[in-house]
Amino acid sequence: MSRSSVTDFDRRNRDWYIDRLVQAVVFIGGISAIVFIIGIFVFITREGFSFIATEFDVSGFFLSQNWRPTSESNPTYGILALVAGTASVTGLAMLVAIPFSLGAAIFIAEFATGRVREVLKILVELLAAIPSVVWGFIGLSIMNPLIIEWFNVPVGLNVLNAGIILGLMAAPIMTSIAEDALKAVPDRYREAAEAMGATRWQVIAKVVLPAAKNGLLGAVLLGVGRGFGETMAVLMATGHSVNIPTSIFDSVRALTATIAAELGETAVGSPHYQALFTIGIFLFAITFVINLTADLIVRGIRNK
Amino acid sequence: MWKGVLAEFATQESNAAPAAIRTRDLNLWYGTFQALFDINLNVRNGIITSLIGPSGCGKSTFLRSVNRINERLGYVRIAGSIDVMGNNIFAPDVELLQVRKQVGMVFQRPNPLPLSIRDNVLFGHRLHEANKAAENDVVEKALREVLLWDKVKDRLNQPAIGLSLEEQQKLCIARLLPVKPRVLLMDEPCSALDPKGTEAVEELIWELRGDYTILIVTHNMAQARRASEECVFMLMGKVVEHTATDTMFVTPENKETADYIEGRYG
Repeated sequence: MSRSSVTDFDRRNRDWYIDRLVQAVVFIGGISAIVFIIGIFVFITREGFSFIATEFDVSGFFLSQNWRPTSESNPTYGILALVAGTASVTGLAMLVAIPFSLGAAIFIAEFATGRVREVLKILVELLAAIPSVVWGFIGLSIMNPLIIEWFNVPVGLNVLNAGIILGLMAAPIMTSIAEDALKAVPDRYREAAEAMGATRWQVIAKVVLPAAKNGLLGAVLLGVGRGFGETMAVLMATGHSVNIPTSIFDSVRALTATIAAELGETAVGSPHYQALFTIGIFLFAITFVINLTADLIVRGIRNK
Repeated sequence: MWKGVLAEFATQESNAAPAAIRTRDLNLWYGTFQALFDINLNVRNGIITSLIGPSGCGKSTFLRSVNRINERLGYVRIAGSIDVMGNNIFAPDVELLQVRKQVGMVFQRPNPLPLSIRDNVLFGHRLHEANKAAENDVVEKALREVLLWDKVKDRLNQPAIGLSLEEQQKLCIARLLPVKPRVLLMDEPCSALDPKGTEAVEELIWELRGDYTILIVTHNMAQARRASEECVFMLMGKVVEHTATDTMFVTPENKETADYIEGRYG
């Protein structure tokens, strides 16, 4: 190595090898995301495929509310009630989360300064990191008796309970993204509006929110995606009974929770097993579309 | 109030016209850093006064005190007084909305709001006036005044961001006019523009003089010389000299002024 001559152009030192190694590792890391998502898609499609090919009919699957996979004589696989459960819980969750998260984001981005702001941001991120089973636990052991007592209903595990829990779960991530969207609005807009005499609130309502509307919409959609995909908390807080809700005090069952609760007890390859995977494909498709839409909106690509 | 102002001016030697902006012992701190020292200025009504001086001398800070926009930073402390058209803008019962109605501001970088051209012009107007019926006239009048009407009249509902920088800056001036301000503050309004745009905006500023008192910060000596009637030279947070522009550029009183004008520093 120490022989150095003028013609030693092809000499490679340690840094060259380290550089190559790091490049390779980083490449594998980057490409793995794509490999995994394709892998997951292939896996759940393959598991659910023979169900789709044989027993699956669109109206029976999507439009029937009879989810009776364990019936001896005549098992039926209708997910309408499960879809209604997921949708009602997610819808209520958004009603809870949108005002909370937009309010928090506006406060953090536009009003709070210095230490208050930093502490709030850390707290919001901390909230986002609470495991969902803990939220489910809160729903089960705190919200449940409260709802029974306050509203005088027989069961506290219902749409209301799960909606509130899920709303509080989704709020931190929505707050984070909404705050980023507000922070991305250039300060010169605020300055211009203030110099014309606009009050703080007028600046926010007339300038900042309209300018950030794409980002805010993206934040809401990501919250919806979170709500659709959440499993453990809704499993624990909804009451887990197949039912199309007529009020917020009805117990429901979510798509995700159904998979989580039943998959372990089915025979691999049985119609039930495959039906659960078909639900998986359905969930995958919905969350994929929601997240993609959110992403495109955040990037400001819209088809007019 | 007016009588007091006029009486004071009667005793001063040259300026017969009342002051549009009058400061008394204005001191300003950013946190612990003092940016302005005992500023005593009378900016005459209806003329263009330019503020010159090297970077960091406090001219923008002074400008941003006159409509109290620098208070949005939160750590600014001010002592002394600023009277605009004879009214102390720091009086406890003063409404910022009314101050900013009287004192419009044009920024260094054109900053049209992310709205349509029309909504930009009407933004300030709508803060003061709920009457929708007059809006079309207001838009046309303001845009005509800044010589922009013929160019944009067919695309009033398109985003203002689509205009050229020169047009954006004119729009930023136009949106101040509907509320009929008395004073226009301009913080290097041409520094983001090309020579042609600079010329056009300077011409516009010259057209507006008389109707409005204009206080303009500039780094450009030539611009100060050709586009202002009085000139204020600031250095290290203090006013060094305030005279007619012609006088300052021909026979400056202070050595610092002369050195700066001749480009020995700054």
